[in-house]
Amino acid sequence: MRKVYLDNASSTPILPEVKEAILPYLGEVYGNPSSLHDWGDAARMAVDEAREKVAGLINAGPEEIIFTGCGTESNNLAVKGIALAAQAKGKHVVVSAIEHFSVLNSAKTLEKFGFEVTEVPVDKYGAIDPEDVKKAIRKDTVLVSIMHANGEIGTIEPIKKIAQITKELKVPLHTDAIATAGTIPVDVSELGVDALSLAGNQFYGPKGVGALWVRRGVRIMPLFDGGIQEGGRRGGTENVPGIVGLGKAAEIAKASMESRISQLTPLRNRLLKELPAKVEHVVVTGHPQNRLPGHASFCVEFIEGESMLMLLNNKGIAVTSGSACTSRALKASHVLIAIGLSHEIAQGSILFTMGLDTTPADIDYVLETMPPVVERLRQMSPLYAKFTKAGKGGQ
Amino acid sequence: MPVYNQKVMDHFMNPRNVGEIENADGIGEEGNPVCGDMMTFYIKVKDDRLEDVKFKTFGCGAAIAVSSMVSELAKGMTLDEAMKLTPASVADKLEGLPSNKMHCSNLGAQALHKAIEDYRSKQKAGGK
Repeated sequence: MRKVYLDNASSTPILPEVKEAILPYLGEVYGNPSSLHDWGDAARMAVDEAREKVAGLINAGPEEIIFTGCGTESNNLAVKGIALAAQAKGKHVVVSAIEHFSVLNSAKTLEKFGFEVTEVPVDKYGAIDPEDVKKAIRKDTVLVSIMHANGEIGTIEPIKKIAQITKELKVPLHTDAIATAGTIPVDVSELGVDALSLAGNQFYGPKGVGALWVRRGVRIMPLFDGGIQEGGRRGGTENVPGIVGLGKAAEIAKASMESRISQLTPLRNRLLKELPAKVEHVVVTGHPQNRLPGHASFCVEFIEGESMLMLLNNKGIAVTSGSACTSRALKASHVLIAIGLSHEIAQGSILFTMGLDTTPADIDYVLETMPPVVERLRQMSPLYAKFTKAGKGGQ
Repeated sequence: MPVYNQKVMDHFMNPRNVGEIENADGIGEEGNPVCGDMMTFYIKVKDDRLEDVKFKTFGCGAAIAVSSMVSELAKGMTLDEAMKLTPASVADKLEGLPSNKMHCSNLGAQALHKAIEDYRSKQKAGGK
């Protein structure tokens, strides 16, 4: 059976070059980077080299990179760390309604420490109006955190414009760039942000490693108290193999970014255009153009995402869904609700995220497999039965 | 381990008794799309027994498997026997469901009970 992995937003595969780069650090290079002998030096040099590569990916200074355990940790450290370090100045933070849970729940935790949180809404495409950010900022605002792009609907946010506002109002801006760093050009100077999160498994690096970039001069309270690793901002012995892998993935991503984008964009555009043409009552979620290169997301009406996902898996296609049934909490995706979809429509969420291994033939296979899968579930669906009966009755 | 066991997967991949019954003797609907799952059961009754049971379900793998299992179990039962089916007994027959699927997705028995109640109230109204 054909195997088609279209869940790169959940995790990309690890590139062979990245795996090769990691292997010595799972073997002969085992020293602790903090140790003052040859074994330690070898590990430390590898970490330093990776730091330069990660900094290079986002045009930052290497000393401003903090390695973390994952994207979630980077977001936690940014949101809680910056807000808590600035709490003498004020106790208000601004986030968007479609942030990842690692940002939203960090903001919720801040509420327990007496902070107030303002959520900025999004339009039907999931785009944030910078003017809404401006309106949300108060005298006591100590942090704005707005994602660079949303992993669920693919929409890229106007971070540069938002940064102009936060700069003018002298409020630090953090951006969750986990969906974008390594995927589209991300330049911290050009964007004008003050802190930025990224994660290795989003661009062909390993899991279990991420980074937070914090502009020099922005104070941050560590989440992990420990030694002086990462400038005292993240204690704990470094995950040397993971960091090396992240560095290698960053280096390759920077060099091959343009070719990756030109490979993925046409595949995405085809799926966005042809799936709704092949299957009736399918809506594209997220922005039609201003979206991540390999990202095509939809809601299929009258059926539910998990059952669609399971039938596609049975046909060798891996996808994901934001339906309530798919989530462990059994709640519809807050992102789909924030863009104004009803719970019923949000239940039909399906997300295809393409990667370097994706071929045009894979897209053909998806376009061929989807119609019978949808039809099968619709024939079972009481909602579809009601819809077709109402349609006939009304005409 | 995958989320669903083989029994559940079998009922999901090959659901029994999917469809509607024209001029059904009773129809029962349970659930709503907000919670995630919606099930409609149709029954045909003869001599106080469920001669035919069919269903339509909007929902996840568990919801479809539960509906299928309920329809299979209920077919041929007397109405009183069918009224004794519970979400727990259906889950047992499926050899277990993930814990977070025990509530929302496990509404098949209730939908069937509503169909039986619908039949009984029609009988009463019909003066029989």
